[in-house]
Amino acid sequence: MSTAESQTQRYVGAVAQDRQSYLRRMDWWLVVSALLLSAGSTVFVWSASRADLAPEDDPQYFLVRHTINIVIGIVLAFAVSKLDFRLLRAYTPVLYVVSILGILLVYTPLGVTIAGARAWISLPGGFTVQPAELGKVAIILVMALVLAEKRDAENEPRDRDVILALALAAVPIGLVLLQNDTGTALIMAVIVVTIVAVSGAPRRWVAGLIGGGVLAVFVALQVGIIQDYQIARLTSFLNPDGAEGAAAYNATQARIAIGGGGWFGHGLFSGPQTQGNFVPVNESDFIFTVIAEEAGYIGALAFIIGLSIVLWRGMRIALGADDLFGRLVATGVVAWLAFQSFQNIGMNLGIMPITGVPLPFVSYGGTSMFASWIALGLLANVRVHTAAKP
Amino acid sequence: MSERSSLRLIVLGVLLISLIGTLVARLSYLQLVAGDSLRAAAANNSTREVIAPSVRGLILDQWGRPLVANRVSLVVSVDRMALDREEDDGDQIIANLAGALDMPQEELALRLVPCGQEGAAPPPVCWDGSPYQPIPVAKDVDTETALAIMERRSEFPGVTAQLEAVREYPRPFNANMAHLLGYVGPVSQDQLDEQGDTTDPARLRSRDIVGRTGLEAQYDDQLRGIPGITTLAVDTVGRVTGTLDITEAVPGNYVVTHIDAHLQAVVEEQLLAAVERARALGNQGTSGAAVVVDVQTGGVLAMASYPTYDPELWVGGITRKAYERLLESKALSSNAVQGTFPPGSTFKPVTTWAAAQEGYDLEGTYDCPSDYEVGSQTFRNFESEGFGPISLQRALEVSCNTVFYRLADEMWLTAGGNAATLDSPDPIADAAARFGLGRPTGIDLPGEAGGLVSGRLEKQRTWEERRDNWCASAKDGYPETREEDPELADYFTALAKENCLDGFRWRNGDAINASIGQGDTAVTPLQMAMLYAAIANGGRILEPHVAKAVLTSSGEVVREIEPVVTGELADEQTLEWLRESLAAVTVEGTGRAPFEGFPLDVVPIASKTGSAQVFGNDTSIGWFASFAPADDPRYAVVMMVTEGGTGSAAVGPSVRAVYEQMFGVAGGVVDPDRSVLIDGEPSADLPIVRADGTPITPGMRTPDLTGDGQDAATRRGSQGLL
Repeated sequence: MSTAESQTQRYVGAVAQDRQSYLRRMDWWLVVSALLLSAGSTVFVWSASRADLAPEDDPQYFLVRHTINIVIGIVLAFAVSKLDFRLLRAYTPVLYVVSILGILLVYTPLGVTIAGARAWISLPGGFTVQPAELGKVAIILVMALVLAEKRDAENEPRDRDVILALALAAVPIGLVLLQNDTGTALIMAVIVVTIVAVSGAPRRWVAGLIGGGVLAVFVALQVGIIQDYQIARLTSFLNPDGAEGAAAYNATQARIAIGGGGWFGHGLFSGPQTQGNFVPVNESDFIFTVIAEEAGYIGALAFIIGLSIVLWRGMRIALGADDLFGRLVATGVVAWLAFQSFQNIGMNLGIMPITGVPLPFVSYGGTSMFASWIALGLLANVRVHTAAKP
Repeated sequence: MSERSSLRLIVLGVLLISLIGTLVARLSYLQLVAGDSLRAAAANNSTREVIAPSVRGLILDQWGRPLVANRVSLVVSVDRMALDREEDDGDQIIANLAGALDMPQEELALRLVPCGQEGAAPPPVCWDGSPYQPIPVAKDVDTETALAIMERRSEFPGVTAQLEAVREYPRPFNANMAHLLGYVGPVSQDQLDEQGDTTDPARLRSRDIVGRTGLEAQYDDQLRGIPGITTLAVDTVGRVTGTLDITEAVPGNYVVTHIDAHLQAVVEEQLLAAVERARALGNQGTSGAAVVVDVQTGGVLAMASYPTYDPELWVGGITRKAYERLLESKALSSNAVQGTFPPGSTFKPVTTWAAAQEGYDLEGTYDCPSDYEVGSQTFRNFESEGFGPISLQRALEVSCNTVFYRLADEMWLTAGGNAATLDSPDPIADAAARFGLGRPTGIDLPGEAGGLVSGRLEKQRTWEERRDNWCASAKDGYPETREEDPELADYFTALAKENCLDGFRWRNGDAINASIGQGDTAVTPLQMAMLYAAIANGGRILEPHVAKAVLTSSGEVVREIEPVVTGELADEQTLEWLRESLAAVTVEGTGRAPFEGFPLDVVPIASKTGSAQVFGNDTSIGWFASFAPADDPRYAVVMMVTEGGTGSAAVGPSVRAVYEQMFGVAGGVVDPDRSVLIDGEPSADLPIVRADGTPITPGMRTPDLTGDGQDAATRRGSQGLL
């Protein structure tokens, strides 16, 4: 019996286990933290969006939609966590192709430009989705598949495998970059480097990717692929008081709002910067500013701790996974959630460039919320399909 | 799985911890270390409001004629920020502007200094508004000057001349109404302090113009409107970073009054005529008042006070000189609402009603001697005339004092005489209170006086207040007077001693004085009008209202002011008897002379004259209180002139003239078409205000609006204003 066959048998056994086993094997630290993050996010989305709306609008409009998004996200997470591993592997190529097509759809008349990035497609009923979010899931799965395929765990991926994985990842990243969605492309790149590293690929690959990334940025600056306004936008956080323009304004106002929060904040619905609409898109990209202003240091810290628990449990799942595919999927998800959270909170705090990146589980926005919960579903899936350790 | 994979995973874990650590460190720095300075930045870095004032609402008469409107005035304003950008802080501009406006440079400079800054003059000279708001420095600038300023922009950077709304008094039929309408002025610091912290969009702001007196003050919250506000986001250096919010101004509401401008003009004219008549009779005629009310609703149809002033004086701020002149002339307060005077014989219906409640027969016979003695005191009849035994109605007709003296004396004795306690009945004082005297009527005008009802309780209260003074004087024995006239000092001392010991005691002499509206009793002409209205309408004490309704500037009704009954007089029989007797006063009593030749058979007038003595004045207050028609009362008219002589001679003819104009009487014939009241009676409906804010005045009424095809209003040529 080959290793692959024995593995397959183990999974069959795992899937055959009863529902109680699913619940017992579930990582509740992970699930409860994510649930608390989303539940807590609702009041701040409400507070932030209320101030944006005209008096004649329903003040609960965003609150209701946000709550619906969370519920849909949880359902998606549950479904993903229940998926048979074999099915997941089998459908990965399909998902990959679909997400590439989705990203391409943005260039059709269905595409919508929001905040300078042509990254959305509009659906009937006034909904918009951001296919790049699902592209992250596709990249994780397709890379894990390629790098873990047909090898037993003791073997390192061959150069051929690494090249194939990188090539597959390069397609969505390239397309996203073309859409001017630098933030998402950056997160995808971090996912790629992390998965390659953890796959056990030769050191030269890891070093090469990191070095190549730095070089690419340098060349882009020198050759002028990145235009001046883009540089200005990205670097405005370094010196917001001196810079002109919307990004600098955002950074300054967000910092004033957070600073004003103090230990315990101004209280819900009472943050002067939030309620005065000084911080733009504060229900999505700048939701952390709202939390810090209205719930103060304590509230903001609670959200950072919640995200940290999710990442900690994700790391544990990756470490404990008993096959490379599961480990790489979990690693990819952790890298994604970690870097995206850091990028988002960092830009709220004025230590990262302002790119339109939402905070996982917290920011308003359907696609991002679904993607966060699908990511959680993947972690849970790896967890429940890991054989119990003696 | 490979060792290398797990090792790299652990490296990833360490990286994650450092990322989280970075975020926590930065968050701690921002919120806990830099928090204070950022909070300060938030405080002075958030918003600036630019305020566009709302248009103040109009005050209309019952037909929609504007009594107070707005006109535009060329106002020159200076933008302080623009001056500060000049190298010399704008000194040259101020000098140029002072020259152009022909005002002292020093005065102009002081007006541009923000209050609280070094060298600022005290308010209202210094500027206490927002530095983002242009500072108005001159109103009613002529076009030539304005054009000169606007054309030479380089000489006057930051100076603008633009049209702004100020109050205007259209004076339909030349009616003045200064006391009724009041005037506006800048909001006072007290008002702002009283308001406290509020975010109400209709709150007072430091540069607001508010009503200071009269209707302008009473209905200020309605008239003022809500200013338009543009909220700008401004950063630390004052740069505007965005527009956060724009709220359009809401124009002030319109106040529709019961006043009929035409009748008001007649009443003002006739009050002046009464004063002049009093003077022609050799009296001083120092002041006067007149009130016309609708006895069924309490609506004030006209109200005048003499002396008066030109309300235009207040437009754009009154000069110090003009204000001093106003204070000197005592024209500022309304004698109709704020002045209290002894009512004299016009009070007798109250005494009659009190006697009826005590069981006296209204149809009985009462002796009217020329004088009435109580102990050592003799109370004389008017001009010491005696009529012998007469009916009570006749006593009212000829205003026989001694009949009322006896009634008061007897009622006083029945109540316990000198042995009465504070709980003993006091029929006349009680009746006066029931008729609404001794307390404000509740009219919708600020500063109303309540007057005083002479009686046992009032005397006790006065004694408690003044006892210490009296007792001290009794002890001292008036040393200063004693040097000159020991006898007078003895008399004063004895009086003070008596007052000190039992000045609280309600004596029969007090009751006798009270019965004819003398003593300490003091009333406002408005109270008298409401008292006679109560007799007329069957005993309802009404709250008088000047305002009839509040409309929005586009003519929708905000609220209608309904009649308010504040008291009911029992005993309809006595009131009926009073209505008949007072009608007889005009036919064959003291009211007869002025109404000689008036068609009393068509329009019976119920009236009562009064000549009230005031201590220190040689001549009495002439009162004429009335209502009509006596058999179906609609209006009460009360007029009085201080130091005017008798009510019949000085005031009566003027009241007659008012009735003639109201009912359309000429040459003994009544023709409602000739009435100053359109359609011969007060308007039953509210005036129509067009959506653009223009009230439709009678002069603008078209035949299809009145529906009768022949427009009486147009025929009478009433004024359409605006």
